[in-house]
Amino acid sequence: MADLNIDFAGIKAPNPFWLASAPPTNTSYQVMNAFRSGWGGAVWKTLGQPIVNVSSRYGAIAYKNNKMMGLNNIELITDRSLEVNLKEMKEVKEKFPKHALIASMMFEKKEEWHDCIKRCEDIGVDGFELNYGCPHGMCERGMGSAVGQNPEVCERITSWVTEVATKPVIVKLTPNVTDITKPALAAQRGGANAVSLINTINSVIGINLETMEPNPTVDGFSTHGGYCGPAVKPISLNMVSEIANHPDFHLPISGIGGIETWQDSVEYFLMGATSVQVCTAVMHYGFRIVTDLIEGVNEYLDKNKMKSINDLCGITAKKMRKWEELDLNYKVIAQIDPNKCISCQLCYIACEDGAHQSIELVKDSRIPKIKEDTCVGCNLCSLVCPVESCITMVKVNTGKEKLFWANHPKNPDKTNEKISLKK
Amino acid sequence: MSKMSNSTVDKFAKIKPRMTPSEALVDSSRCLFCYDAPCIKACPSSIDIPMFIRQIMSKNTKGSAKTIFKQNILGKSCGEVCPTSVLCEGACVYHELNEKPIDIGRLQAYATGFAIDNDIRFFEKGKSSGKKVAVVGGGPAGLACAHELTVLGHDVVVYEANEKAGGLNTYGVAPYKFNNEDSKKEIDYISKIGFNIKTSFCVTSEKLSKFEKEYDAIFLGAGLGKSKKIGMLGEDLNGVCGAAEFIHELRDKEQKIKVGEIVIVIGAGNTAIDAAVESSLLGANVTVVYRRSEADQSAYDFEIEHAKKHDVKFMYLTSPLEIVGDEHSENVTGIKCVKNKIVKSNKNGKSSIEPVKNSEFTISCDMVILATGQEKMEDFFKAITGLKLDNGKIVVNKHFQTTNTKYFAGGDCINGGKEVVNAVANGRDAARGIDKYLRGELKNG
Repeated sequence: MADLNIDFAGIKAPNPFWLASAPPTNTSYQVMNAFRSGWGGAVWKTLGQPIVNVSSRYGAIAYKNNKMMGLNNIELITDRSLEVNLKEMKEVKEKFPKHALIASMMFEKKEEWHDCIKRCEDIGVDGFELNYGCPHGMCERGMGSAVGQNPEVCERITSWVTEVATKPVIVKLTPNVTDITKPALAAQRGGANAVSLINTINSVIGINLETMEPNPTVDGFSTHGGYCGPAVKPISLNMVSEIANHPDFHLPISGIGGIETWQDSVEYFLMGATSVQVCTAVMHYGFRIVTDLIEGVNEYLDKNKMKSINDLCGITAKKMRKWEELDLNYKVIAQIDPNKCISCQLCYIACEDGAHQSIELVKDSRIPKIKEDTCVGCNLCSLVCPVESCITMVKVNTGKEKLFWANHPKNPDKTNEKISLKK
Repeated sequence: MSKMSNSTVDKFAKIKPRMTPSEALVDSSRCLFCYDAPCIKACPSSIDIPMFIRQIMSKNTKGSAKTIFKQNILGKSCGEVCPTSVLCEGACVYHELNEKPIDIGRLQAYATGFAIDNDIRFFEKGKSSGKKVAVVGGGPAGLACAHELTVLGHDVVVYEANEKAGGLNTYGVAPYKFNNEDSKKEIDYISKIGFNIKTSFCVTSEKLSKFEKEYDAIFLGAGLGKSKKIGMLGEDLNGVCGAAEFIHELRDKEQKIKVGEIVIVIGAGNTAIDAAVESSLLGANVTVVYRRSEADQSAYDFEIEHAKKHDVKFMYLTSPLEIVGDEHSENVTGIKCVKNKIVKSNKNGKSSIEPVKNSEFTISCDMVILATGQEKMEDFFKAITGLKLDNGKIVVNKHFQTTNTKYFAGGDCINGGKEVVNAVANGRDAARGIDKYLRGELKNG
């Protein structure tokens, strides 16, 4: 059995699975239930100045019969008083001293930050998460993503916090930027101990075609909201890897975005995260999903003869390269296993209409045939095939040496110098 | 409604009830949308099944119904009565994955039922050609033919011998698949396009001669005749009836008929199984007697399974010799049978059998249903000049034109008895043949 305990920037937790700051961490009732279910930590629903929430707050996008492929919300930070929140947080910490309890915060003025930090430390929180991410409601008041999108402000406010906080400070980043490394580096300059990402993506979840009103509707109207859930994972994985690979960035990363299964969490660890935060999956299925997260990661570590999450950290991030660092002489072509083919011919029509016309139909047979001479190895057929490992992409031995764009004959700026790649 | 009739209704409840919108969404979402899909090829009416399923998934139920009706105007009844497990659903590629096929029949009934319930129609009478066509027989072939002919601009009158139109859908299929109300609604929906149906109108040879003068073309969709008799002693006793006649009466009287306590059904085709299940639902102890082996029976496996669930017993390799009855009352009291043995198994055909010596025995019963096929309406057809028959079936060319150029034919009277969907496809294609003929585009026309 691997050891799932983590020490994330000084915050200790029995496992790397934390609840993200969101509706599931609104109350002590919920957080205590979550800890009983097995969650290793919780980032409390963001504390801040009093706000009021609208009625009708969430919208979802379904794909075919799969509900909630993506979720969006126009809910703001906690709508309960700071006193109530602190009292409940204290209760949780007393009952679950070994679990990580992190206070998420969002304020405008320096004094407000300082005051809240002190009060939170007094009741024994394990760390702070600065919410620079909400893309709706709060940013219009100069908070949330308005901070995360401006590296200078991000650095300044972070330094306000780090000058007084004695507990570790995590900065939560917004993905609504063109270059995620800029705010991440700003947080590092401001003295943060870690970053977490991503917060939600600015979005409109959909339109009710009956009423032509946007979702979620508030008396016929809506506002842009934050998008999360399984659909956002690829965006977040990219951002996590960009930060993890930045030569000047050295802080731990807490991965957030579309984590529902243990596989999702392992992907984040491989990309460089050492803790993960979950929200949508819990909002969909409840706290009980953590059992499978824990078991699955444990099994995976054991299978790979690894002792802890740290052993996974960043393995795949190192395999992310710039496009021009990919070998242009590497070649795969599709291969159909006729014994597994169920003859739906989806590969044929996908290649024919949507790709490279490299699959043909065979007379008196329902099993399509790959045109090996024209197949470019794009993967599309293997992606649309409904049968597990029926279409595989097979490596072709071209006998050629590695060739990078810099040395490619078609490159107008071609150089004959050998390209050296970082290990 | 009395308690008794209530329970009768429940017993004959739909075995494939209408899907709810969420059921339809779940199942339609599973469809892989195969290219050149095997299910389309397996459908005798060539409905674009992946497309109509995709339209259900996108909640374009109306468009889905249109996709179905374009190929098959009786798409509602076909969705409910087709032996889908040997047609479209049998061809579903999910079988290759050992997964449940898409529930195509019920999805089809869902979409078409939506259109019929809301009276959403997609076709109207075409520009008048000035031509008149008589359709003989108001069953699936006749109705499909009449509808398509009307779309093509011809004036059509359908002549139906029974009190109600619908043919098999009204008088032949088991009511737990498709009932009288379903049939009436479907016929009303189809005929609203603007063709006449004259019911209780028996077309005789004399009437046909008249039609030849009054109409520009005639479509024969007369189906099959009475149940065959085997020619054994006792077939005229009280309590002996043909399966087709038994089901006809059951449907006509909405299941409010009496059956014996012990019913013997002779034959193991699909009609035999329907009659057996229906008798069982009405309270009888039912045994199907079949002269050949279990492997030889022509009923679909899913029908046999359905019958077994309803406590129908099967007695294979048993030939009936004589139906015995009470001398005075002339009521059936039993059936004398003999055991058979297989002499030669034939993989490609039915096995050869011969009786086992001294194995005669008698089963007590008070009702016998003969389900050994239906007669063809040879005499009626023979009276038509130049109409060629093959083994009692009308011979047609690819345009469904008979050897008498004015006559076209489709359905059971050309194929000897197939599914409703085959009749619909024939009727539709025959209408297109008739249209070509009336417009002078057929060589022989």
